[in-house]
Amino acid sequence: MKKEIITVSPDTSMAQLKEVLRLNRISGVPVLEGGLLVGVISIEDLLKALVEGEAQTPVRKRMTTRPITVRQDESVVEAVKKFAQYKVGRLLVVDDQGHLAGILTGGDITRGLLEAISLNYHAEEISRYRARHIFEDIVSDQTSLILRYRVKGKDFKSGGTASSKLKRALNRLGASPEVVRRVAISAYEAEMNLIIHADDGGEIVAEILPETIRLTVTDEGPGIPDVERAMSPGFSTAPNWIRELGFGAGMGLSNIKKCADSMSLESKVSVGTVLEIIISMHPDLGEGPISAK
Amino acid sequence: MVSLKEVIEKLSVETISTMTSLERPVAGGYASDLLSCAMKGAKKDWIWVTLQSHVNVVAVASLVGLAGVIITEGNRPDPETLARAESEGVVLMVTPRSTFSIVGDLTSLGIKGDEGG
Repeated sequence: MKKEIITVSPDTSMAQLKEVLRLNRISGVPVLEGGLLVGVISIEDLLKALVEGEAQTPVRKRMTTRPITVRQDESVVEAVKKFAQYKVGRLLVVDDQGHLAGILTGGDITRGLLEAISLNYHAEEISRYRARHIFEDIVSDQTSLILRYRVKGKDFKSGGTASSKLKRALNRLGASPEVVRRVAISAYEAEMNLIIHADDGGEIVAEILPETIRLTVTDEGPGIPDVERAMSPGFSTAPNWIRELGFGAGMGLSNIKKCADSMSLESKVSVGTVLEIIISMHPDLGEGPISAK
Repeated sequence: MVSLKEVIEKLSVETISTMTSLERPVAGGYASDLLSCAMKGAKKDWIWVTLQSHVNVVAVASLVGLAGVIITEGNRPDPETLARAESEGVVLMVTPRSTFSIVGDLTSLGIKGDEGG
């Protein structure tokens, strides 16, 4: 809001008011008496008074005595509501004693919102910029970024949490949407496998290199007796109650296979399973389909 | 392209999460109650029709970047699922109608699915 405000007193004459409006190029002013807001007078009030030959009448007789105000500690939302409700161009802002604190226009609100949006945008831009340059800024013979996600067994409510975090990280790192999609799907399927099959859950480790992403998913779960069979679409060992939730369609591993540039699955019954998924950062230059060990 | 708003109005589905963008275009449609299939078959900005209403529906929708999810046959998500939808910005809609009849209406609005092949 604007805090330096031009005001008049109730005893100002309409003729004087005309000069105030003209010199300041404004279309209305608040009327103050002893610091308190007592009314508002506009150019329209002035014109009517002049037409009726009342140039010497004091503002007191012509002003609107109950101007629409908003308290300075009220939220911007309240102000927006009042703009809509009264269809006014400006609101007078008062403190809790009724003293005038400023004038708020629709433009002020728009400007404030734009600034807030651009601040948010700027913060995300900075995060992205920093993340994207990590491989340039930090020099080594081979720099990689390792992200670890713990996944709890049988915790269906948290299903997808790790994959969502990984997806967000890749977006910040500036990976292409297609790469992000492939990693997100692979990570989600692997995460759900840990939740469904491994009682103690497991871990997803994403190693991000400039050219590739390697997901290593390990658990100490029951193990897979027949890896070949587990890979075939539609094969599932999930119990019925899990299938009723829409899991256990037997599509998980084959979904991962479709998304990965290469994939390997090693498993020992009652020891555990290690799934490794490699996805190229540049899908068009990928090695093509998929070899499963 | 058909917008989310048109879908909501024409199909009279009930919206139960904050509509972040009513003008968001709906680029295609997918129907299945199997989450892995939705993960694979639904694409970014598509609408997904399912009778599943648990919290993992939100996870799939968010990971795929769906325009919205229509939950059919009167199933309603629990408050936890709704809260997750809010925090992930996922648009959830519910209807007492069946998946079949909703998909029929989506098709007549011109929303297409994957033609396969």
